[in-house]
Amino acid sequence: MGGNDMTSKRFPSPFEIEGPEGVEGWEELYPYSVSFGEARREYEDQRFWFWDSMHWGQAMTPWDSTFFEIAIATLSQMNSRHYRIPPADGIDFRVLYGYAYLSPVGVDPSQIEARVPQFIERAGHYFANWDELYSNWLVKVKDAIAEIETLDFSPLPEMEDLSIITEGLAVGSGYRLLSHYNRFKDLILKVWMYHFEFLNLGYAAYLDFFGFCKQAFPSIPDLGIAKMVAGVEVDLFRPNEELKLLAKKAIDLGIARAFDDPQNVQLEGDAGAAWQAAWTEVEDPWFNFTSGNGFYHFDKIWRDYPEIPYAFIKDYIAKIEAGDDISRPIEAITAERDRIVEEYRDLLPTDEDRGAFDGKLGLARVVFPYVENHNFYIEHWTMSAVWRKIKELGATLAKDGLLSADDDLLFVRRDEVNEILWDYYSNWAVNAPTVSKQHWEATIARRREIHGKLSKWQAPKALGVPPEVITEPFTIMLWGITSESVSNWLGSDDDVEGVLTGMAASPGVAEGPARVVFGPDEIGEVEEGEILIAPITAPSWAPVFPKIRACVTDIGGMMSHAAIVCREYGVPAVTGTGFATNRIKTGDRIRVDGSSGKITILD
Amino acid sequence: MCEACPIIDWANELPTIRSFTPTRIVSEMSDFVVWYDRYDAAQKHLVGGKNASLGEMMRAGLPVPPGFALTTDAYGMIWRDRDLVDGVNGLLRALDHDDFAHNRDVSTQIRDLIENTPVPDEVVDALDAAYASLCRHCGVDDLPVAVRSSATAEDMPDASFAGQQDTFLWVCGLAAVIENTRRCWSSLFTDRAIAYRHQTGYMHTAIAMSVAVQKMVDPIASGVAFTLNPTNGDRSQVAIDASWGLGEAVVSGEVTPDNFLVDKVLRQIVKREISVKLVEYRLTENGVVDKLPIETDRQTRPSVTDDDLIAISMLARRAEKHYGCAQDVEWAIDRHLPPGENVIMLQSRPETVWSQKAVAPVATGGRDSLSSIVSTLVSPLHHKSTS
Repeated sequence: MGGNDMTSKRFPSPFEIEGPEGVEGWEELYPYSVSFGEARREYEDQRFWFWDSMHWGQAMTPWDSTFFEIAIATLSQMNSRHYRIPPADGIDFRVLYGYAYLSPVGVDPSQIEARVPQFIERAGHYFANWDELYSNWLVKVKDAIAEIETLDFSPLPEMEDLSIITEGLAVGSGYRLLSHYNRFKDLILKVWMYHFEFLNLGYAAYLDFFGFCKQAFPSIPDLGIAKMVAGVEVDLFRPNEELKLLAKKAIDLGIARAFDDPQNVQLEGDAGAAWQAAWTEVEDPWFNFTSGNGFYHFDKIWRDYPEIPYAFIKDYIAKIEAGDDISRPIEAITAERDRIVEEYRDLLPTDEDRGAFDGKLGLARVVFPYVENHNFYIEHWTMSAVWRKIKELGATLAKDGLLSADDDLLFVRRDEVNEILWDYYSNWAVNAPTVSKQHWEATIARRREIHGKLSKWQAPKALGVPPEVITEPFTIMLWGITSESVSNWLGSDDDVEGVLTGMAASPGVAEGPARVVFGPDEIGEVEEGEILIAPITAPSWAPVFPKIRACVTDIGGMMSHAAIVCREYGVPAVTGTGFATNRIKTGDRIRVDGSSGKITILD
Repeated sequence: MCEACPIIDWANELPTIRSFTPTRIVSEMSDFVVWYDRYDAAQKHLVGGKNASLGEMMRAGLPVPPGFALTTDAYGMIWRDRDLVDGVNGLLRALDHDDFAHNRDVSTQIRDLIENTPVPDEVVDALDAAYASLCRHCGVDDLPVAVRSSATAEDMPDASFAGQQDTFLWVCGLAAVIENTRRCWSSLFTDRAIAYRHQTGYMHTAIAMSVAVQKMVDPIASGVAFTLNPTNGDRSQVAIDASWGLGEAVVSGEVTPDNFLVDKVLRQIVKREISVKLVEYRLTENGVVDKLPIETDRQTRPSVTDDDLIAISMLARRAEKHYGCAQDVEWAIDRHLPPGENVIMLQSRPETVWSQKAVAPVATGGRDSLSSIVSTLVSPLHHKSTS
């Protein structure tokens, strides 16, 4: 295993992959520009593609793919066109049999030097004005969310409201519907540009700090560095904190038993009303929180599926009643972090180094709130609003007979929706029959069938030629893709039976029965004292962590949310194993060593 | 016959008793013993390097086994014996520095003389009282102790002319303590020590012998700890070698020890390598330390627990902070002490390899943060978990 072997080993070409049977025509679920094809074959065959199972672990519907494409494109523009990251352009992306593949695009070496002064000027401006720009960012994002929420996809009325006449507006509901849909697409693109506005700069600052620490202490665990950077008070943890407060409130109001059945919570009397008021006060924005990662249509938002947070509240009530302390030990966490910083700093050889350390750590801490919080503001809050709107539109189209079912819309590409809306508006204007339902019936049925088959397929981890070197900061920091992890995927001959390795993401050793979970719908199955094995975890799974002894994920780097959440909750974790969900079965007894990154299957 | 070797007026030339007058001897009788827990740096010339180091460690609050130093004044007392003085002087003059075999013979005779010279009552009484006190303190009659030489070398850089650093293990009872004390005293006169002093022109009186008497630790496991990673000099790590039984096996290299890396700051074990451990030095039923084979199931079992490892690394770190430089520490896990209190420090000395290298700053001068970020981005950073 090691760098020397890599050039002789490669992954299969995208063109060699045989998808599942009976999915002919699958490419039409996505824009033509995201498919592999003969026209770009020479280019595509020479690249390294990895499946981004961290964010897109399941086969995507057309609207799921929309956010995949937008996310990656907007990430990319920041590297290539805004900040001119010297060695890295964007990340190329494709959909293969419904699955998301990524390929970092490096800058031609001869061009790198020219980009350096451009980067210095542009990134320099952001680093120098970070706090102010971040405050503005919060305003911009909240404004965009507010605007999304004002978009109106309600059905076209039988008669326009009188005010259209008395106010001399002339422009009616048809315009409203069509233009709001176009505005919707524009806003989605815009917020994702906001999402990435600072992110790669933040990761670049992390990388700089990481690099310094590794030079000073060649054997320092990544975990040690990450602990120094970690912030304590971040909005990302607020939803979970609010749940704890509501659990306490339920006990104080004497209605704790109301949560015994989360599916059927009855809030009665004054106590019930008081509790409900407390909920209402915080649900917007804090319970615009998705149980998944915000990218999928099936992700459940707490506000819309209260039984999910109610179940977490029930767990917290049980813990409080048992006398456990459920509060985040903020003082202890801060004290520990500060101790670690002080001690590593103390071990540095010169005063000059201590100065450099202070500077880099300082910058890493400046960027940290954004790096953590953007996830709440965009993936959770914004995407909650976005999916709600899509569902609203889908319901309107189904109600007025343009489509057969509320969720048919999910199987229509975003560019195709305009034609349906045209049919709707124009025939509403004329007061004549629409034709979309008949037009789309067979196609949507076919696409549902295809998607069902794609969902059962096991996507390959990687395709193409492994890279010599990875320079794109996201790829390293977030996805945790390094030459070593690529090597792991290639499959080492040194693999030891019953032993998996990954990143030592959160310290400690634990032993127990494994519970393999593929998605948020299954986390209810997790029992006390089990070890959670998942492709990736989401911040919204945080309430599960008090139950589990350890956590193992397939993908994710040191700064991935799984790693951060596990450290916050003091649960040993190993991330980026590549295929833990494949190798481990529910019920296996395993030992997880989060300090060394090793997992042993005991029986 | 060596004319270069002068006739030594021992009673007047030994530095420590140069100032002795008969009246002073009486008043300084209690100075024969210096307890480690009451050691003061001003007493260094009385107790020699090893005792000074142990005393300093104990005063710094490090867990060294309890014990005391028998001062150089005690050594000086035997040189008031006319027979000894005349005998040694005569033998020294008989040396032929080109005849090794002859000199070995002479050395043996000198040593025999020293070891058989009656120990003055004052010294015996002091030793008796101190040893009894140590036994009481540890709650064990005839407490097993280690008796070691601890020579003073005033302004002398090299220990070679102080003779072998003799160590006598598992010594029980006052008689044995006295016997081994005399052996320590006589170790100043091994043939090599004599020859070395002659060659370098140092007086035989330039050096005096103190003796270390310290509670013997019966270790489950022992080894060494470096307060840096010896493979790359990383100062945020503690490297630990451990094996079963007494530390001799690890230090001598007769066993391949278990090897660990502990992050000092995170207090976590980041690397483990368990070796097959075939032999150990341990205490046998006859009250003697012997080298014995290790039974199969213990060969591949880790010789230390994770809690032990964290405790050892914290201890080494304390020593490092106290001395202000990287340390090479010898430690043991005491079989008879409760978990959590059973990690003992036997020795701590400065690490010599990495500490000698020029300290190079990590950051290069004059780089602002942005240039550094550019540099990090442009020279690709691969993130690996620790190897």
